[in-house]
Amino acid sequence: MLLARVVGTVVATRKDPRLEGKKLLIVTPLTAEQVESGKEADAPGQASYLVAVDTVDAGYRETVIIVQGSSARMASTCKDCPVDTAIVGIVDTVTLGGG
Amino acid sequence: MFLARVVGTVVSTVKDPSLESKKILVIQPLDRSGQDQGAKLIALDSVGAGAGEIVYYCRGREASFPWYPDEVATEATIVGIVDRIDGVR
Amino acid sequence: MLMGKVVGDIVATQKAASHSGRKILIVQPLHLDGTERGEAVLALDAVDAGLGDHVLVVTEGWSATSAVGREHAPIDMAIVGIIDSVALGS
Repeated sequence: MLLARVVGTVVATRKDPRLEGKKLLIVTPLTAEQVESGKEADAPGQASYLVAVDTVDAGYRETVIIVQGSSARMASTCKDCPVDTAIVGIVDTVTLGGG
Repeated sequence: MFLARVVGTVVSTVKDPSLESKKILVIQPLDRSGQDQGAKLIALDSVGAGAGEIVYYCRGREASFPWYPDEVATEATIVGIVDRIDGVR
Repeated sequence: MLMGKVVGDIVATQKAASHSGRKILIVQPLHLDGTERGEAVLALDAVDAGLGDHVLVVTEGWSATSAVGREHAPIDMAIVGIIDSVALGS
């Protein structure tokens, strides 16, 4: 699983029928340090990104948890769908150290 | 999948039983215009590819599917020989 | 999934039988600013995409094989959507 930021949306009309009704969001992966500090590269221009299926009603700029690979299909609404990246959680806070 | 050119063969006597009687080739990945791209790698052949041919290969678990339901210890398999590429230059 | 542009297609007579009847397209992955991202990949087409289309590509095996309806085929990428638009920002 990775932490990521929602930076955009994708609209695709013609697609696999099993993707119909699913929200496709563009996310850029983040390190825990970036999330905790709130400092990150702002312009997504050439940043690494993924297109993910949203299963938790995430919104723009939110910090989210994504799962990749075959595990993405374990998300509740992605069973038996051709999905390789899913957003499975919205992050409230990340705290590092202190242990 | 990815484009590559067959540039060599590998002979191995002592190997996993799943690899027996399968051709092991050295391939050079290509970019979309046919230029060498990155490091050579070893791939199993499932389509009878030969030296110098342009091929495409599959990676990961699906690389063993040409022999399904047998499980073959490969992470890259040549699954097609390219006759022609259209649209790119 | 990644986003890319269809830049070519390949013709192959001798290939995995499970690839027959599906287009094999060359997709150039793109950055969010539209510039090229890494090397081109080959994907089987599940949505009748064509040259110049911007597409969504799944890069996980089960998803790819099921999208083209070829279970247990040696396919690691498939085009599962044609992109109408991308919106960055709110």
